[in-house]
Amino acid sequence: MLRIEGLTVEVEGKPILNGVDLEIPTGEVHAIMGPNGSGKSTLSYVLSGREGYEVTGGTARFNGQDILAMEPEERAAAGLFLAFQYPVELPGVGNATFMRTALNAQRKARGEAELDAMQFLKLARERMKALSMSDDMLKRGVNVGFSGGEKKRNEILQMALLKPALAILDETDSGLDIDALKIVAEGVSAMRGPGFSALVITHYQRLLDYIVPDRVHVLMDGRIVKSGGPELAKELEAQGYAAFQAAA
Amino acid sequence: MTAAAQTGAAGFLARFEGLKDHLPGARRPWLNAMRAEAAVHFAARGFPTRRVEQWKYTDLAPVAQASFAEPLTMVQGALALPPANAPHRAVFVDGRFRADLSTMDGLAYRAGGLAQDLGAAEPFLGALAKPESEPLAALNTMLFEDGLFIDLPEGVDGGLLELVSVAVDPGRPFAFHPRHLVRLGAGARLTLIETAAGRGQCLHNPVFEIAVAEGAAFTHGRMLQEEATIFHLSTIYATIAAGGTYDNFTVAAGPRLTRNEIHAALTGPGAACHMNGAQMAADGQHVDTTTSLDHAAPGCASRQTYKTVLAGRSRGVFQGKIHVHRVAQKTDGYQMNQALLLSEEAEIDSKPQLEIYADDVKCSHGATVGALDADSLFYLRSRGIPEAQAKAMLVEAFLHEAVETVTDDTLRTALTRALDAWWVRQGRAA
Repeated sequence: MLRIEGLTVEVEGKPILNGVDLEIPTGEVHAIMGPNGSGKSTLSYVLSGREGYEVTGGTARFNGQDILAMEPEERAAAGLFLAFQYPVELPGVGNATFMRTALNAQRKARGEAELDAMQFLKLARERMKALSMSDDMLKRGVNVGFSGGEKKRNEILQMALLKPALAILDETDSGLDIDALKIVAEGVSAMRGPGFSALVITHYQRLLDYIVPDRVHVLMDGRIVKSGGPELAKELEAQGYAAFQAAA
Repeated sequence: MTAAAQTGAAGFLARFEGLKDHLPGARRPWLNAMRAEAAVHFAARGFPTRRVEQWKYTDLAPVAQASFAEPLTMVQGALALPPANAPHRAVFVDGRFRADLSTMDGLAYRAGGLAQDLGAAEPFLGALAKPESEPLAALNTMLFEDGLFIDLPEGVDGGLLELVSVAVDPGRPFAFHPRHLVRLGAGARLTLIETAAGRGQCLHNPVFEIAVAEGAAFTHGRMLQEEATIFHLSTIYATIAAGGTYDNFTVAAGPRLTRNEIHAALTGPGAACHMNGAQMAADGQHVDTTTSLDHAAPGCASRQTYKTVLAGRSRGVFQGKIHVHRVAQKTDGYQMNQALLLSEEAEIDSKPQLEIYADDVKCSHGATVGALDADSLFYLRSRGIPEAQAKAMLVEAFLHEAVETVTDDTLRTALTRALDAWWVRQGRAA
């Protein structure tokens, strides 16, 4: 599904990723944990195609395609999804219009029939119910006036509608209370299956109590310094990152 | 004919000399005197140059250097009119009222061509316009042939009325200067939806005189959508009495040069004025909104929000003056103008100006200028929306925000359509 080899990335001439190797097979959920400044968000942005991140070496292949050469919208249509740490507010862009436009753009890129407004609403309402979101959130501007938890749920709603093959969740747990965290985790768990992989980026182990990963990787100073099973997250929680710092 | 060879102010003055005995109302001494006096003002000042403070950012040289003829012959036959927004519409072709193209039956008030009704208009014509200080108003006074005259009696709800102005290209440069008079009696209400369309090398120089009496409410939506060969220079004078409201929303999207100049005076306690709009310019175009608001009575409110979108090598101007007189305590004034620059060659000049002589007032103003937000653009693209479409969504969002304040559904729909039409044209041009 996703294979990253020797990826090095600079931001404004400063190296942030120093040779990341990572493979996520189809159907698996992996977690990346690491302290602030370790390069977690850089990894998510460079994979989704944000400007300002210069790839200086290495490769990232998604289902065999060189995704680093693709436009952000092409990556999305190919099945990549990024749940933002800080979802952007878009005043004047209706949430429903936004999501329908996104879904239809992807369907169009894949040569599938577009959904009309009624078909989309039916689908959206169904998905929203599962995420305990009120219909009202469809009518508002994208993320405008949403609480932190509502913004994250809105990200998960988009994921549920767009049905990506690989979702990257960038600190989706930050700023969430335990109830919102559970809802988000349920949203991810509901997608788990043979056709869905996820990369869960988090600072804390808490989220991984609810989304139990197949593999956990520790990212320090722009490198994966250790990989293991779900128990690695617990180990980190107990020992802190300092122990790994020494090992690295 | 030598007049045709003369350019700018001299050309218009020469034509006035030749036409003055044939203009509508030529046998009415009061009107002759008014026109003659306007000609003196226009002769003294000519077209404003950039040395005049109010015209610092807008260069009228292309108008001053051209030679415009009057549209002397009546255009006959079928015309492509913009789609109707209301059951009643007054249609003007080259500045002249066309009863045959208009739908005015069943109106409960006086509305029609000014040229046919000069006697009734005498008390209002020239009551607000200031040809002595605004040369374009002087030019209009000198040469107007017609215009829309609306006289709404006390307490009448006039509903919706449409004003359509079409310029028909005669194949040579031409000019027309309609004078529109709108008078609302106490407690009267009216929504006027105005569309300016047309093509050709043309100067469209309308002047409005709008008097809103006590407790009356006038909503004025304007869509200036002429083609990119046209100079549209409009000047609005409005006076709003106690408890009255004047709502102006202008979409300027089309002409080569647009000047949307509004002078409004709040003259009685509790009067309100809302001046909002969206102006857009593409490569080679210039849009200018210049407002001047007089708070001349206590407890009045004013709101202004203008949005500017500039593409290509274009220029936008916003000048907004709020003058709070000494008596105007408890004034509530707000002004905001925001510009979105879609190209590095676009330029916006923004000049808010507050003059406050009362001590118990609430007045605020703000201005923002920016390009499309990179984070917003990335967010949309990361969801699979192609770059061009994502940009279009953000521009639409920026513009639609301006229209949200419009409460009349018909008007809001028409304005939104005008905004979207401009953006679609940009997409085709790009």
